[in-house]
Amino acid sequence: MKKLMKGNEAVAEAAIAAGCRCFFGYPITPQNEVPEYMSWRLKEVGGSFVQAESEVSAINMVYGAAGAGVRSMTSSSSPGISLKQEGISYIAGAQVPCVIVNMMRAGPGLGGIQPSQSDYFQATKGGGHGDYHMLVYAPSSVQEAVDLTYKAFFRADYYRTPVMILGDGMLGQMMEPAEIPEAVDLSSLEPKPWAASGNNGGTQRVINSIYMSPDALEEHNAMLTRRYEEMAKVDVMSESYRTDDAEVVLVAYGIVARICKAAVDMLRESGVKAGLFRPVTVYPFPYEEIKKLADGKARKFISVELSCGQLIEDVKLGLYDSKNRPEVGIFARVGGNVMSPEEIADYVKSGRLSKSWIK
Amino acid sequence: MDKIVFSKPALLTDTPMHYCPGCTHGIVHRLIAEALGEIGEFDNVIGIAPVGCAVFAYNYFKCDMFQAAHGRAPSVATGVKRARPDSTVFVYQGDGDLASIGMAEIVHAATRGENMTVIFINNGIYGMTGGQMAPTTLEGQKTTTSQFGRNPLEHGNPIKICEMLSTLTGPAYIARTSVHDVKNVRATRDALVRGFKMQKQKRGFSLIEILSTCPTNFHMTPIAALEYVKTTGVKAYPLGVYKDVGLNEEEAK
Amino acid sequence: MKRIIVSGFGGQGVISLGLMLSYAAMKENLNTSFLPSYGPEMRGGTANCSVVISESEVASPVISRPDILVAFNEPSLARFLPKLAEGGRVFAASSAKEEYLAGGNVCVVPVHELCGNNQKGQNIVMLGAVLSQASLSYKSAEEAVREVFKRKPQFVEANLSCLKAGYEFAKGLK
Repeated sequence: MKKLMKGNEAVAEAAIAAGCRCFFGYPITPQNEVPEYMSWRLKEVGGSFVQAESEVSAINMVYGAAGAGVRSMTSSSSPGISLKQEGISYIAGAQVPCVIVNMMRAGPGLGGIQPSQSDYFQATKGGGHGDYHMLVYAPSSVQEAVDLTYKAFFRADYYRTPVMILGDGMLGQMMEPAEIPEAVDLSSLEPKPWAASGNNGGTQRVINSIYMSPDALEEHNAMLTRRYEEMAKVDVMSESYRTDDAEVVLVAYGIVARICKAAVDMLRESGVKAGLFRPVTVYPFPYEEIKKLADGKARKFISVELSCGQLIEDVKLGLYDSKNRPEVGIFARVGGNVMSPEEIADYVKSGRLSKSWIK
Repeated sequence: MDKIVFSKPALLTDTPMHYCPGCTHGIVHRLIAEALGEIGEFDNVIGIAPVGCAVFAYNYFKCDMFQAAHGRAPSVATGVKRARPDSTVFVYQGDGDLASIGMAEIVHAATRGENMTVIFINNGIYGMTGGQMAPTTLEGQKTTTSQFGRNPLEHGNPIKICEMLSTLTGPAYIARTSVHDVKNVRATRDALVRGFKMQKQKRGFSLIEILSTCPTNFHMTPIAALEYVKTTGVKAYPLGVYKDVGLNEEEAK
Repeated sequence: MKRIIVSGFGGQGVISLGLMLSYAAMKENLNTSFLPSYGPEMRGGTANCSVVISESEVASPVISRPDILVAFNEPSLARFLPKLAEGGRVFAASSAKEEYLAGGNVCVVPVHELCGNNQKGQNIVMLGAVLSQASLSYKSAEEAVREVFKRKPQFVEANLSCLKAGYEFAKGLK
């Protein structure tokens, strides 16, 4: 049955349904409903919630609980996610599966609390030190946030990797009808023989990321890279909207993609052949899929983003060797501002294709 | 038939330790394994290794282990304990790890009363990185970053962890011991046993601070280093029990 | 599709009115999104929320041109009136200044009078008044009120009277 749910609460409930039993967080706007919800809900299902003394501590609690084999999650917003980067790097290096939610707000620094997508590089290109990636889902509706959070726990376990849910303040705060999947039977989940869960029966399990021998570390890096390559084949997700005959394609993820959908409909009404390409996974990025659009009729791609030119880099990477040499431009609002469908439609109609987001 | 009067504790592996000659880490590792053995914990033990010289502690213990980021071991242990409340969790940290970069983590794990046992190695110096000043470096002590001796006006004062943490409500047992001679090694073992018993009885947080040596970075022979702790270390860091909420003695037997 | 902006001072029930609109829409199996303003402005300043109700999937939850503006105070009228979509409708609380109420598309709802003894029910009066313009049924609004007050059942009846008063007041509106 559908319930009217706030994005933050829906993400929390989806995590419970996916078997998350440990949550560690620290207050920061605009994601506070996630820890608030978890603080009482985990009690009901026999899990554990700790309000940590900092984001640094919270992510390390996730490392401990998830490393001991329990599905675990933390959530935060941009400045707090920066603090978690050290822990995320260790988690990636030690191959610990977990889910991290980032309801992005505008930066840099303390920035503001209004919605933003300015942590795109941080989420998709590493964030912390060392060579690693996370699988990063960018939901655009409350229902999709539910579905992807649920899925995230399974993919995290499969790869033994951190998975990020990359939302923004708007997605966290808005309410939409959503249906929560049926709760998993915890006993049906794959066992985790690698987990340092105690009672090891004589075979020690160690959760660590230290490799003092360059050769051993190189092999470890290779193993991680093979995983990321598998993700790029298996996990990449995208949506194309009215792109079949589109000459201008808007590229956007998350909530912005929905605003773009409205803009595409407006443009179509006034005779402009516009479409929308929406990456659902921003790591791995759907490079092949966007390139296919350029192989068709699309000659103009506009990266529509709440950041100063981050998404556009992946758009360009996807199109760099396209034989049709499509043009790429950017339309952005930042600082916590959000563009309207009309603004986007007007920009497309103007025929401009900006290299910089600054007007 | 011959009787075995001395053997390696069950929880230790056969791996030769990498510690410098005269370093007291090896003694403390053994004492932890003995203490866990004494309370009958062989199987369901999970240890957290720090960043510092004990980073490879997982090579020496047979139990499941985590290697934590610098200073974060108490948080990792919190996660482990919340996920596996029935396991016995020990945290092994040095003074830079616990009292400098990880001060927030240790204070909050203590004040939450997390049911875990922390072994805090205080040798007053950063060993692994090559002898820099630690938060616990004594006044006047020379290190590579306080080359004319620690001057409180310039470098600040040494931090006293047991004194600090025993002001909190959360901890069940806080004690400072030393391993500079046989008598004190035995006292350390007893303190560890009591700490682990606190955990078994779910009394909450326990921390045993152990005054230790680093002959390499003290630039002393092992014996001189032990003498230094005996004459100078214990003056700055008085040994004793700083907090003890008491055990259920019947249950503890 | 109906795009509704509800705006007023924090504490006037702006957010819960928007929530009830979304809830009623969901009861009718329509697609809907509810987007509140958040942050410090919630604490005593102005508050607003955007509600989209649509038969097809809701595209943008962000509203730049509202079809319906529900304004509880003058700053809300000043801010959102210029953005009203062509043919849009305004529901204003009776306390607003004349200059804002001149247009033929403005319906002044005497919320104080209509909520009688239950002065906290001003937003519910507004909900009743807006219903038919938002293409929502009285029955689903009733359910929305019951849902929002499910933890305070003692307030349900008084609020349902407010709902009815608002609904009856605006029934004749074309």
